[in-house]
Amino acid sequence: MIDPSAPDFWSGLFQVLLVGTGQTLYMVGVSLLITIIVGLPLGILLVGTESGGLFESPFGSRRAGRVINRVLEFVVNLGRSVPFIILMVALIPFTRLVVGTFIGPTAAIVPLAVVAIPFFARMVEIAIKEVDTGLIEAAESLGATRWQIVSKVLVPEALSPMILGLSTTVTSIINFSAMVGTVAGGGLGDVAVRYGYQRYSTIHMVAVIIVIFAIVMVLQGLATLLAKRFAHKSRPTRAEKASPALRASVMPGT
Amino acid sequence: MISVQHVSKTFRSGGTVTAALQDVSLEVAEGEIFGVIGQSGAGKSTLIRAVNLLERPDSGTVTVDGDELTALSPAALRTARRKIGMVFQHFNLLAGRTVRGNVELGLEIIGVDGEQRRRRALEILELVGLDDKAGAYPSELSGGQKQRVGIARALAGNPKVLLSDEATSALDPETTRSILDLVKKINTELGLTVLLITHEMDVVKRVCDSAALIEGGRIIEQGRIVELISTAGSRLAHELFPLGDPPSRPGDTVIDITFSGGSADSPVIAQLARTYGLDVSILGAAIETIGGNQAGRTRLALPGNPAGHAAPIADLRRQGMLVEIVGE
Repeated sequence: MIDPSAPDFWSGLFQVLLVGTGQTLYMVGVSLLITIIVGLPLGILLVGTESGGLFESPFGSRRAGRVINRVLEFVVNLGRSVPFIILMVALIPFTRLVVGTFIGPTAAIVPLAVVAIPFFARMVEIAIKEVDTGLIEAAESLGATRWQIVSKVLVPEALSPMILGLSTTVTSIINFSAMVGTVAGGGLGDVAVRYGYQRYSTIHMVAVIIVIFAIVMVLQGLATLLAKRFAHKSRPTRAEKASPALRASVMPGT
Repeated sequence: MISVQHVSKTFRSGGTVTAALQDVSLEVAEGEIFGVIGQSGAGKSTLIRAVNLLERPDSGTVTVDGDELTALSPAALRTARRKIGMVFQHFNLLAGRTVRGNVELGLEIIGVDGEQRRRRALEILELVGLDDKAGAYPSELSGGQKQRVGIARALAGNPKVLLSDEATSALDPETTRSILDLVKKINTELGLTVLLITHEMDVVKRVCDSAALIEGGRIIEQGRIVELISTAGSRLAHELFPLGDPPSRPGDTVIDITFSGGSADSPVIAQLARTYGLDVSILGAAIETIGGNQAGRTRLALPGNPAGHAAPIADLRRQGMLVEIVGE
């Protein structure tokens, strides 16, 4: 039990929160970066390797496309269906291999990225599917390569819903990062468990909730702003209309 | 310039098999505007998309400007496509790019560098009359303006051929006319060969030098319009000058006279009345300017049965008119 009337209580709380927030932002930031780097191409491939897609027949083989599509679908579904707490534990050997340890914020990045990548890939998939196929044809008629179609048409045109999808992804990474805290991953979740739960400090608990809420609010606001900025150019109503449906379709697992 | 030879295309979805194109052959000469007209579902969209291989035919060959596209490797096909601009019914503009950005897309794909790209885009926007909208986004434009951007984008890379997939179908009549005038202007000023598909006869009347009628995936007839209108029984000619269903006038001879070029000026009815003493009734008439020439079709009723009018009909035919006896 921590005594809130102790002279160093508030400065201690502040110190603990600062460290926790820093660790959380570090975990979330790095895993988000990895998520984008891996999830974006993964999402594009998910759409592209479907029949009639841009990468329907990679290396000139329609069968290769089908196989790649099946494998990616399987991996994404697997990643999305295993509960995080199990995934986290199951990944320990892998985490140790990559980072050298499975304790601490850096180690936590591994399961966070692993859970967020398929999540974001689905978001990208949905956003890309919204792009009018007529635009792809227009680019093809101009002699565009597949890479040019992806980089000049698909990604820019799907940017607005992808940003909204990204903000939903960040929110769930923050959510999971707190869970990592409970198994010695550090961050705000660790603060909540060690001080709020184990030492019965309601003030710590409330403070952690407020900080996490503030982080989510700021990121969500930023994403909405960015999405609007790009949607102002593209179809404004469409991206906004798509987002609730988009969220509803991907949120139920979390 | 464009040669489509024995092209067939079949679509299978689920259990249904649709023969979209059946042994279609088409010749488009350099510098002309060629219109393919047909109802929706006739296969015209598949046909135009087969020309730049957006839709690869099951069999047959497509040759554009000497390149047999159907025989090219994917990379060579991409290069060949640069010679073929295409405009679409729904414009297909990138919403996230400005007008200039959209026009530059094709140039970026070809690999033209920044400053040159910008200059070329502005130059071509001026040609289509949109230089003041270079910085606007497509969502801020009207349908006609969007199509002008589409045309500018297609032209930026200096193609030799322009394909137009129902480019005016989403536009109102007045805008349609202005877009068609632009197409005509491009055709004349840049010497571009144009292949367009449409379901509106007005489009063919207004700009086309040649036309083809497509129905159920087959070309029913094709040719130069000036020749088609003086071809007996031509369905395209009938569509060009709609006189309606033949009236039932028992005891009378109903004839359709088609005149074009020089014969358009001759006083036909007066001549019939004076020379043969016939009481001619006019049942219908349509006059159009086609390819800059006056051409028209008149439906007349002559008293008595056809056998009695052999002489006047032969006389009209001698004067270069096409005479068809209706209901025969």
